[in-house]
Amino acid sequence: MVSTTPERPPDTVLSGPAGVGPPVSGPALVSQHGFSARYDLDRENGLFSRQAHDLHGQSFLHRILVFPTAKGGIATSWMLHEMTSRDKAPLGLVFGATNPVMVQGAVLAEMPLMHRLDPPPHRAIETGDWLEMDPAAGAIKVWHASIT
Amino acid sequence: MKLAPEEESMLDGRDGAAARTALEFQLSVGEFFKAEDFVPIRSAHLASDPESLRDAGAAYLEEMVSKGARFRIPTTTNAGTVDFAKSELIGQRDIWPRRARRILDSLDAMGAHLCNTCVNYQTIDQPLFGEHLAWGDTGTVIWANSVGGARSNFEAGPAALAAGLTGRVPRYGYHLPQQRLATVRVQVDAELHGRAEWGALGCLIGRELNDYWTVPGIVGENLRPSPDELKSFGASLASYGSVAMFHMVGVTPEARTEAEAFGGVEPARRIALSSDEIDIVYREFVPENGHADLVVFTAPQLSIMEIRELAGMFAGKTLHPDTRTLITTSSIAAAESRRLGYSDTLETTGLIILEGVCFYVMAPHELAEDFGYRTLVTDSAKLANIIPGYGYNPVFRPTRVCVEAALTGQIPW
Repeated sequence: MVSTTPERPPDTVLSGPAGVGPPVSGPALVSQHGFSARYDLDRENGLFSRQAHDLHGQSFLHRILVFPTAKGGIATSWMLHEMTSRDKAPLGLVFGATNPVMVQGAVLAEMPLMHRLDPPPHRAIETGDWLEMDPAAGAIKVWHASIT
Repeated sequence: MKLAPEEESMLDGRDGAAARTALEFQLSVGEFFKAEDFVPIRSAHLASDPESLRDAGAAYLEEMVSKGARFRIPTTTNAGTVDFAKSELIGQRDIWPRRARRILDSLDAMGAHLCNTCVNYQTIDQPLFGEHLAWGDTGTVIWANSVGGARSNFEAGPAALAAGLTGRVPRYGYHLPQQRLATVRVQVDAELHGRAEWGALGCLIGRELNDYWTVPGIVGENLRPSPDELKSFGASLASYGSVAMFHMVGVTPEARTEAEAFGGVEPARRIALSSDEIDIVYREFVPENGHADLVVFTAPQLSIMEIRELAGMFAGKTLHPDTRTLITTSSIAAAESRRLGYSDTLETTGLIILEGVCFYVMAPHELAEDFGYRTLVTDSAKLANIIPGYGYNPVFRPTRVCVEAALTGQIPW
């Protein structure tokens, strides 16, 4: 896994509409499943707790999470805010396409969130890649862990 | 976004600091979704359960009260974490009644109607055709859009709060006519009975679509759901697929004909389902052992009709002593159930009826830790979807099988 922004230019740049929240850099944790804080997380310990989730057992702390889609209900909104208040939150969220709930939660939590990027983030990014998210510019720079 | 004079005034702080904070929040969301302007709404429905908010959310609400927050439209509250009369009986930790009180006090100060129900549409606030709403709890939204013909996006807690304070929402998504047309045709060749079967159908379609922005158009000669069955179907579809609207041709108001549901456009995709697939949904939920720790009738809260049906099935029987059995309902249905004697019939068996709550928001991970609950039998497809993250082994079964599990402690299949 890459642990800081490499000195070389980014390997890939994803672009799309402006997101919400401040810019952030960090390592990616990529899922091919959907995401809901209520359905999938142990919020006390910062882990994916749903056994059927492809990130089961992994820590989401200080990672930028990448999913094809948002799923489920509305609780994630308050939960992002609550997790952020305890510093038990992901750094940012990237979706293929999100529902409104994630955006509403991200705005309250002041967490960066982007979606509808080209190329699709859950295909272009792999777990361990280093990301620089710039929501206002609608751009995510990617340094692949597989390229050194 | 284009702002009306009233909105400019709110942004300038002329309606107080809370209204300004709320409108700023809504502007950020609206700009993300490229809303052109705001649309006035008639009511807001707010999810504010302590299990999601915890101390940070409670403090946020208190801060809004101190900024002068006051709802300017009818604002109702969704199912909560605590039934104050029975919290101790079911062994919830002390923190939850305290947190719930803090949150409810703040919302009361803002002028909310503290009904604590996820079936506001069956009890106190029916959605009307064509009106704009800001409802949260996905089950209420899918009902409002699909069955009521009203217009709402998923307005999660902070968003419904903001909408209640400003009386408007950004106009995008399901407020726009073009978003409301079906694009996926689902042919259902099955005769479905009961909330579990309808919930299973919601599961199948929801999992296939898995997209907030897709509206299924459901077609089938034998689809004649009752309101409670439609409630179960919608809540399940919204849970499994994050879907906010469906059409059922000949049943829902924007789908009097198939052509109306699809806007005369050829579906982008076609799916066919039969009763075989419904049975497969049950079989996917495998009990880890034959013993039921819990049997829960919930999600959405039961109507008086559903409570009456269960009273008939449980009458004169006794629950298995090692299986806890719960019903969650609204305080309105609970009062009616007491008046009509259904509560007596059910409680005599050992069953517990909880009001104003829903099982998955009752801090279920702690109940599992404190009482060793693991295998949970339910006829709610929605609960079965949500609860694994809290450390449970859900077993989704038809209502009669759930009743049998409650009486014998065993899961027959």
